[in-house]
Amino acid sequence: MTATPTPTPAGRYPAGGQAFPHRDLTGIGHLETHEIMFLLDEAEQWVALNRQPSKHTDVLSGLTIINAFFENSTRTLLSFEIAGKRLGADVVNMQAAQSSLKKGETLIDTAVTLNAMRADAIVIRHASSGAVQLIADKVDCPVLNAGDGQHEHPTQALLDALALRYALKEKGRSEFAEGFWGLKVTICGDILHSRVARSNILCLTALGAEVRVCAPPALMPDGIETMGAAAFTDFDSALDGADVVMMLRLQNERMSGQFIPSPREYRHLYGLTAGRLERAAPQALIMHPGPMNRGVEIDSDIADLADSSIITRQVEMGVAIRMACLEVLTRRARGVDGWSAGEWA
Amino acid sequence: MKQTVPRLFTNGMLVHTGGVREGALRCVDGRITGVGELEPEAGDEVVDAKGALIAPGLVDLGVFAVDKPAFHFGGITRAALMPDQSPPLDHPARIQFLAYSGKPDLWVHPMAAATMRLEGADMAELALMRDAGAKAVATGRQWIADSGVMLRLLRYAAMLDMVVVSHAEDAGITGNAVATAGEMATRMGLPSAPAEAEPLAVARDIALAELANARLHIRQVTTAAALDLVRAAKARGVAVTAGVTPAHFMLSDLATMDFRTFARLSPPLRGEADRQAVIAAIADGTIDVISSGHDPRGPEDKRLPFADAEPGMAGAETLLAMVLTLVRDDVIDMARAFSLLAAKPAQLLGVEAGILAEGAEADIALIDPEKPWIVDKARMEASAGNTPFDKQPVQGRVLALFKGGVPVHD
Repeated sequence: MTATPTPTPAGRYPAGGQAFPHRDLTGIGHLETHEIMFLLDEAEQWVALNRQPSKHTDVLSGLTIINAFFENSTRTLLSFEIAGKRLGADVVNMQAAQSSLKKGETLIDTAVTLNAMRADAIVIRHASSGAVQLIADKVDCPVLNAGDGQHEHPTQALLDALALRYALKEKGRSEFAEGFWGLKVTICGDILHSRVARSNILCLTALGAEVRVCAPPALMPDGIETMGAAAFTDFDSALDGADVVMMLRLQNERMSGQFIPSPREYRHLYGLTAGRLERAAPQALIMHPGPMNRGVEIDSDIADLADSSIITRQVEMGVAIRMACLEVLTRRARGVDGWSAGEWA
Repeated sequence: MKQTVPRLFTNGMLVHTGGVREGALRCVDGRITGVGELEPEAGDEVVDAKGALIAPGLVDLGVFAVDKPAFHFGGITRAALMPDQSPPLDHPARIQFLAYSGKPDLWVHPMAAATMRLEGADMAELALMRDAGAKAVATGRQWIADSGVMLRLLRYAAMLDMVVVSHAEDAGITGNAVATAGEMATRMGLPSAPAEAEPLAVARDIALAELANARLHIRQVTTAAALDLVRAAKARGVAVTAGVTPAHFMLSDLATMDFRTFARLSPPLRGEADRQAVIAAIADGTIDVISSGHDPRGPEDKRLPFADAEPGMAGAETLLAMVLTLVRDDVIDMARAFSLLAAKPAQLLGVEAGILAEGAEADIALIDPEKPWIVDKARMEASAGNTPFDKQPVQGRVLALFKGGVPVHD
């Protein structure tokens, strides 16, 4: 399932729709390395646009995008909404309380209903792994996964890669311009319950990075090594020489039973403090997908560290990457030259 | 319907406990009266088997629904019904009703719920249920977490000479898991539990059964470690038997790929090494029973995100064909296949069936073990088509079925 890391120079992709032969974006696990690179390259124009005073295009004018969020979200929903609006699409948000949609026929019925409203793209977040795929199988338009259970959160991994690309460029690390071969990334936190960790492991290893994951045993999923990451329980060892440190929060809402004794004990072992950060490579980049629990997995002074922390940069890149995904996935519907329907893998 | 005319089955291959031999079989008044070289007597209705297997009707030890068309398609003439019904089978009246519900052409053997509402706390009225027709006691889909309750249950059931059918997964470890911990579960992000939940539960249940001198049947043993425990217990003479369903020797957790809920089972599918261990345990006799676990589930239970879907598969129609794959692969011979499917489960339930012997109930299946067909979820006899074997080519079909000497017509 992991894409083979083969370097592909930016800008040189299979012609037309073959550059991204998928109708949906349900996970990084379905993508080849060059398809990931393609989305990252596409996003660069939107990063530039988003830095202009006037941030609007009419590329998706007339299209309807439905953001169907079956699980609470603030930043991802906002990011998708802004992305759709900046592209000129009509964006509708549907935030359904999880409780009223627990029964599956209702979920399928909801999907069929959305489909009948002739959406041109549907963005879905759901608390159950695989739920987005289930809906994707029932609708006629592109489906974007905005997080499904503990499975995948592909746009988060893509925006993280894009943020890294920009940050490394600014640091003059030109060796990472075409990919992350040799980059050491440490992901620390609740790996077990994290879809962000899974998507990032797949994405970063596809781009060539050396990924380490670190968690207490109870929060480390079985067989994570087979996804291409090295597993650590000792944070200090995991940090040793890391170029990038990505911190994840404890997903207490997904835990049944006690996984760690207390937040303060968790910080004692796994909190990113100034002292611990010295273990990492000099000027290591610090990332966090948010929301942060300051003083638990990350200390405030580290989270706000100028030059090193790229946490707000991640949020900025989120809008650009979602614009890229929406624009690319609607190319077939918009009849963009070389992009015809029915040619996906 | 009573058998009114004596029947003689000729020109077939009789599946005896010791092997398959040419011969004839005669039944009168619902019972087998002769096996071997027989000539038609005056008034006999002769059934020409045309070279097919003449086998005992299957005795399915552990189904979750009474689904007669599926059972008859699969050659099943007796089905032991799990107590996980709505409401649970914890009352003699419900046992009595269900014991008659399939007659005359299907005998349902309801299993008594071990505890009230299957909650694992208060013992149900086992003696009253036994006398109302319950042939075994079962813990249901769950194991009994409280060891004290389990010990008292085993002692009580031993006194009543009822086998205790247990589901062995340590609930503290499984929690809300829907998959076995490992690469597949991790990649798919499914709540998972280590396979060791099973050997832990099996070890305790065996220890308690040994202490209580009770008969224990673990309905599904699916891991190498738990099978080792059963093997060792049998070697020292504990009255423990083990069962399994075809899914656990045909499929590994790879079958759950792409969140296929038809492969969501309880216990969950295991890794490949455990699947191989199950096959080895069938070969060496550690596993005594193969049952269908028949649990037809419609889209309202299955067309859901994987973790939200209900476990279970419609297995009655494919049970025989799947076991015959083991015969073709030389894991077992034909006689042993029918020991796993009929003789042993009948013995555990204490019913005079499951073998071709004088005096046994004339539950007879004529079977072409080679006949090819393709499993198709859209064309099943079962009340739902939730089979993980969809589109799989298989071999082995029931040509005709007789319950108590009377032909079964659906």
